[in-house]
Amino acid sequence: MKEKEIQDELTSIRSLMERSSKFISLSGLAGVLAGIYALIGAGIVFYLMHWGIDYSNVPFLHLVNILPAIIITALAVLILSIATGVYLSYKKAGRRGQSIWGSASKQVLFNMSVPLVTGGFLMLICLHRGYFGIIAPVSLIFYGLALIGASNFTFSDVKYLGLCQILTGLITAMLPGYGLVFWALGFGVLHIIYGSVMYLKYDR
Amino acid sequence: MKIPFENLNKAFENRLRLQIMSVLMANQRYDFNSLKELLGVTDGNLASHLKGLEKEEYIMVNKSFLGRKPNTNYEATEKGKTAFKNHLDALEQLINQQKIK
Repeated sequence: MKEKEIQDELTSIRSLMERSSKFISLSGLAGVLAGIYALIGAGIVFYLMHWGIDYSNVPFLHLVNILPAIIITALAVLILSIATGVYLSYKKAGRRGQSIWGSASKQVLFNMSVPLVTGGFLMLICLHRGYFGIIAPVSLIFYGLALIGASNFTFSDVKYLGLCQILTGLITAMLPGYGLVFWALGFGVLHIIYGSVMYLKYDR
Repeated sequence: MKIPFENLNKAFENRLRLQIMSVLMANQRYDFNSLKELLGVTDGNLASHLKGLEKEEYIMVNKSFLGRKPNTNYEATEKGKTAFKNHLDALEQLINQQKIK
């Protein structure tokens, strides 16, 4: 065996170990778009909350009245973000001749779904019991935990996004009344920053 | 100078076997279809080399059903992991020796 051959062998081993255990079709652009959807969604909710409100009136009742509209907006943002993410990952995987559905992507999904489903149920319970103020921090914190859980099976940069989301969530929990602002910061601004970094680092 | 070719494992002479082992080193278990897709090889080729590794007791096979579809998972044994590490060490030694020459 020649030295060159051995080097090739070692390089191929290293790349296989990396590719087999990590989901690397995640697109940076999807992160940026998810952030933009979140900012638009936050804008809509802000508009719903403050449009034509006389603050001497009962604001709590108003919040209950617009709650369905807020939930629909949030769900629309969520579904659009997931759809964009799946579509762009699919395209990126196709360009590299890889499949999006492999052992690593299953791991990513499983590790994300446990905290996400738990957080989702907790949010429903909070809604049901009228703890509206805690929804924003709960969604940020559990989303951050989901990202950290998934980060072992994809780009390790995802871990830092997760930590930032958790931090934002905890700060939000300390500052009642600013939920929407921090929610926009976490899901909007952080996603845009993260997506841009990923795009510059891996996609070009 | 004596080159330690004898330290290279015969079972890993085939490139595909070495690749299969690398995947199983990085992942606790891996299923047949994902392996096939990742390595871009045919069913028969992959199956025969998996059999070979199984015969050496380097990998373990777990057969199960996902609904109605059979799902075959592979896992590296301790023996396999040690053999793989030794093989890599031998490769490294070869490189180092050739650099000295």
